[in-house]
Amino acid sequence: MIEIKNLKKSFGNNLVWENVSLTVPDGETLAIIGKSGCGKSVLLKHINALMTPDEGSVLIDGVNIFDLNYVDLRITRQRFGVLFQGAALFDSITAYENVAFPLRYFTSLKEPQIHNRVMTCLDMVNLADIGQKGTAQLSGGMRKRVGLARAIVLEPDYLLYDEPTSGLDPETSNEINELINHFSDNLNITSIVITHDMHSVLEIADYAAFLDEQKLSWFGPIAEMTKTKHDRLNSFIRASEYQI
Amino acid sequence: MRPKNNSLQITSIPCILPLTERTQPHKMQVFYDFGRYCQLLYQAIRSSSEFKSYYRNFVSEMIKTGYDSLPIVILAGAFTGAVLTIQTSYQLVSAFIPKSTIGAIVTQSLIIELAAVISGLVLAGRVGARIATELGTMRVSEQIDALESMGFNSVSFLVVPRVLAGYVMFPIIYIAAATTGVAGGLLAGIVTGQVPMADFLLGARTYFLPWDIIFGMTKSIVFGFIITSISCFKGYYASGGAEGVGKSTTNATVLSCIFILLADLLLAIILL
Repeated sequence: MIEIKNLKKSFGNNLVWENVSLTVPDGETLAIIGKSGCGKSVLLKHINALMTPDEGSVLIDGVNIFDLNYVDLRITRQRFGVLFQGAALFDSITAYENVAFPLRYFTSLKEPQIHNRVMTCLDMVNLADIGQKGTAQLSGGMRKRVGLARAIVLEPDYLLYDEPTSGLDPETSNEINELINHFSDNLNITSIVITHDMHSVLEIADYAAFLDEQKLSWFGPIAEMTKTKHDRLNSFIRASEYQI
Repeated sequence: MRPKNNSLQITSIPCILPLTERTQPHKMQVFYDFGRYCQLLYQAIRSSSEFKSYYRNFVSEMIKTGYDSLPIVILAGAFTGAVLTIQTSYQLVSAFIPKSTIGAIVTQSLIIELAAVISGLVLAGRVGARIATELGTMRVSEQIDALESMGFNSVSFLVVPRVLAGYVMFPIIYIAAATTGVAGGLLAGIVTGQVPMADFLLGARTYFLPWDIIFGMTKSIVFGFIITSISCFKGYYASGGAEGVGKSTTNATVLSCIFILLADLLLAIILL
């Protein structure tokens, strides 16, 4: 379970947000929504301590990630898979090697086992025929899917997605959404997704968190979000031209 | 494949400040940057024991830093030696000065000063720019964040092999530059007819001191450290997209050149 308690972050004199508190139960999916620049990605980077807050804590199964020493922090980070906005694939190696990368360093698997695991993950994201393509040869959607395969290759407990469908066509977006649902439903992975896409939110999320006016403006189950009287959230939903 | 059987040994490395976090420009930027530079070096030293995480990178960095740099360094060394011979013989036009003096001056100048400094300045552009651009691009495209989020120590994975490769390969590069410089000088003397081979070699041998080679190699190790560590620092903390990477690369090259010249002076004062 991921619990965020009273988190506050600022860069110099610029407050990003404060008093952010929310809980994501095991196996559930949380969507973090909000306008561009409201600090969604910053919040995501606090969950696996890529950034540190001014105040507050992030509890992973009851342990504050910011209290961990660097050794334990690195071990805890291995429980997370992260899909970055631009996929963050290592461009000096092939797509296959990107997926194999964590296995080579963090497991004692032999080459045939690594190959099987990589192919299983690539197959899950429908890229089994990716072969030895370099990352520069991949389309945006393919890069995201390779990034997803790399994120799940170590069988994480938690998956963090930073705008997984941004810049993708509707069909590819749907494929990514289906994959997120598949990981959540079949692999029981707890997920946190940053997105602007309200269609995705309704498709994949169990909970939604709305960041607005430098605070967590609304947090609750998706079913309640669709009936909310929260003006700014309603306005945000309407602006996405999604008909509820 | 949860890493139950963790094959990558994670050793205790204190993280004083979050390395991945970028903050606004500081009022005392120079001191702030120096602090972060020292912090990065401290982490690099502490994480140098994680050999398994960087040995592959170390080998490839030695090739990129050393082997791939040899052509340009050999070219720079040979031409420097040739020009030095021609210019020295032009200045020493006197019946009272033996031709062997030219060989002595050229050889000594190359071994003590020029081979190390010229190769250092050339590699500040070639190696320094490459390192800063590579790491800067990895930073702005979140590849370093990706490494950290997987549980890697990005400093041991990216910085340590590059700095170590500088340590190992720069003395070799220096020897290549010095050797080809002397050979270039000798050849220029023979081809232009200004210094016969026997005179050149006599002068070179007469004034040769083994300490000069040690001095030159010490310089090259220091220059290697300056170039790789400054470039890693500038690249690792790059921010602001393509423009930011370009700025980091420029700063890495310029700062490396400045500190090479400063270190050259200091080493001359201390060691000679």
